[in-house]
Amino acid sequence: MQYFIQQLINGLTLGSIYGLIAIGYTMVYGIIGMINFAHGDIFMVGAFAALIVFLILGAIFYSVPVVIALLIMMIVSMLLVSLYNWVIEKTAYRPLRGSFRLAPLITAIGMSIALSNFVQVTQGPRNKPIPPMISQVYNIYGISISLKQIVIVLVTAILLVIFWYVVNKTALGRAQRACEQDQKMAALLGINVDRTISITFIIGAALAAVAGTLFLMYYGVVVFSDGFVPGVKAFTAAVLGGIGSIPGAVIGGLAIGFIESIWSAYFSIDYKDVAAFSILAIVLIFLPSGILGRPEVEKV
Amino acid sequence: MAVAESSKLASGASNISTGLREAFYAGLIAFFMFVLLIGLKTDQNIHNELIIVPRWGLLAVVVLLTALGRFLQVVYLTPFLAAQKITDTKTGMRPTSVALRFFSKRNLVIALVIGAVLLLAGGTLEAAVGPYWSVYLGMLRGAAIIYVLAWVIFYFRNFIGAHSYSLGFAVLVLYPVAMVLLFGFQGSLKWVDNFGIQILIYVMLAWGLNIVVGLAGLLDLGYVAFYAVGAYSYALLGTHFGWSFWILLPAAGAMAAMWGIILGFPVLRLRGDYLAIVTLAFGEIIRLVLINWREVTNGAAGVSGVPKVSFFGLMSFNVSDPNYIAKVLEIPQSGAYYKIFLYYLILALCILTAFVTIRLRSMPVGRAWEALREDEIACRSLGINTTTTKLTAFATGAMFGGFAGSFFAARQGFVSPESFIFLESAIILAIVVLGGMGSLGGIAVASAVMIGGTEILREMQFLKMIFGQDFTPELYRMLLFGVAMVIVMVWKPRGFVGSREPTAFLKERKSVSGEFTKEGHG
Repeated sequence: MQYFIQQLINGLTLGSIYGLIAIGYTMVYGIIGMINFAHGDIFMVGAFAALIVFLILGAIFYSVPVVIALLIMMIVSMLLVSLYNWVIEKTAYRPLRGSFRLAPLITAIGMSIALSNFVQVTQGPRNKPIPPMISQVYNIYGISISLKQIVIVLVTAILLVIFWYVVNKTALGRAQRACEQDQKMAALLGINVDRTISITFIIGAALAAVAGTLFLMYYGVVVFSDGFVPGVKAFTAAVLGGIGSIPGAVIGGLAIGFIESIWSAYFSIDYKDVAAFSILAIVLIFLPSGILGRPEVEKV
Repeated sequence: MAVAESSKLASGASNISTGLREAFYAGLIAFFMFVLLIGLKTDQNIHNELIIVPRWGLLAVVVLLTALGRFLQVVYLTPFLAAQKITDTKTGMRPTSVALRFFSKRNLVIALVIGAVLLLAGGTLEAAVGPYWSVYLGMLRGAAIIYVLAWVIFYFRNFIGAHSYSLGFAVLVLYPVAMVLLFGFQGSLKWVDNFGIQILIYVMLAWGLNIVVGLAGLLDLGYVAFYAVGAYSYALLGTHFGWSFWILLPAAGAMAAMWGIILGFPVLRLRGDYLAIVTLAFGEIIRLVLINWREVTNGAAGVSGVPKVSFFGLMSFNVSDPNYIAKVLEIPQSGAYYKIFLYYLILALCILTAFVTIRLRSMPVGRAWEALREDEIACRSLGINTTTTKLTAFATGAMFGGFAGSFFAARQGFVSPESFIFLESAIILAIVVLGGMGSLGGIAVASAVMIGGTEILREMQFLKMIFGQDFTPELYRMLLFGVAMVIVMVWKPRGFVGSREPTAFLKERKSVSGEFTKEGHG
């Protein structure tokens, strides 16, 4: 039982990271119907930005309180990655809006290849390990919970509350939901559709940047190719939750996190990615609209 | 007249000020984008700790280049491209095209003179200017030669356009002969193997995927799985049982086709992006199984010692065998015979693929694929069995992937899961889309450009002279590939050639009310 709860906690941590990335996929899919394949690499760039900020802080100051260091890493990484996604959207996706469906997917794949290789070229192909930032571990009834895990879950929860507020209570969120339903009508009613889409990309990137920072803090290592697998898993999460639905993305992320940690604990750690990919296939085949998604009506 | 002049001047001046402003913004954005990732490099010191190495000079160069590029784009490129589309009111003609002006007779003479001077007096000139500048001389010489060749192609473009297939075929057949004549047997190895065979493998894969994506309109991101099935079928059966390539080639194709059906069956209901992601998942699952099923596949270490192809069982390419080709034909030993044989083998396989594709396109099943691509619902309501149509597309495409895979295993002599990563699927798909889905010629051109272009980066060792000894051009291969994918897609979303017209359609087009169809034509 303790072992099981332990796995649930590990899964919750993983799932929080996947959920944060999945929101970016689901929002972009909801608003322009495109799989932003480069989103996983955006997450990886976020982790690298956090890594570099961490090293700068270490080089300049003798010691920085961990909370402040983490906060600075997150904020810088969010700003940088938002800028990346904004530029990418403007140069690679916007010119193709209204083109045939495959076109933006292809540019997104190209962007994904370009981003990961850009980081490889500029930062080198090796693993980048950092010393552990937080090492406290609490032991409650034989279940060990590390402070890292608590931080991850807490940060995710706070971000989700802020994010929920933005989407549901502000003019920006209303504009976003309007664009999602009908871009032409939204434009007629005076919503700047292009700007709204840009902001969607920026928000998605910022959340991915936080996920990247947390990923770096949790695993203590990052490498240029780290974008692909978490990216696909987060996409799986978005699909599992019902693509286009934001609470669905979080639920899907948690579900994928749980499945992955329980699978690695009880079955085979070698095949944990196979499990994640199989879930993706099974969900799409048998439950294409996901847990919280609206079923798509086929129109002629 | 004066008014026109002044307005032109004014627009020019405002153009430059806009350009400067845009360049400033671009530079600013580039600075913030690259300050962390280019300006600072994470490196390991001797204690294996990460440290930061600043590279402000490189950052400054990148930022300035971005700003300059943006300036040139805003001030010169955009107005120039706009002017190209304006028709002259007096003559009713468009301005002379860039290509015509670029490939003028005057430029040809200049290029010929430069090329001739550098070729004839190259040695003395290089000795005079020293090793550093002779790199630039070499580049100039290469540029002059390429220009002259391009000029010839441009001059005969109508002839080439009219006979593209037979000319392309002739070039492909004569390519190894030309390389052997130019560089000798040993020198031709690189050109036949790294360029010829490599490009043709991708041509074949892309043509195979073209059946699924281009003809049937099913987006498959896991095509490399079938390539892997073919490669492992040949590698495992060939090493364990010693069966010949000529038996295993069809077997590998059949195996891959079977997997095409097995993987195709569950995804019949899916369309578009979802189909893409599920096929991606299948591709990754197959790769992960190959890595983890160590008892059979030897895991990440791969299968080595895959037997070579024999010359239809008559002669072998193993030096130790009694019927080694050089012994039988009594010619000097060389590794080049095998490569040249492989080149013609993959060429034959490519031609088979093209032949089957072209014939299938005009058969009921090909028509059904194209109908499926255009409109699935209409297809179903006209009584086409979409299940079998989709499955045949998956199986046929997978079969060619399997052929290419077993060829790949025979050529490498070694297979490992490393060769079947998602990136390969992405590259193949990119070639199909960039070449214009459905167009065989366009796909061949796209794969020659994309694969040949990235291969040629390996040859650019002379860049080391300019950028310093630790500059490795190979590293930039995939970065440039990704960027090229984006640029070509944004610039020409329909691909280089772009033929998506169905083979058969009603010639008579009538305008109907927009309520009936999306395009307004039915």
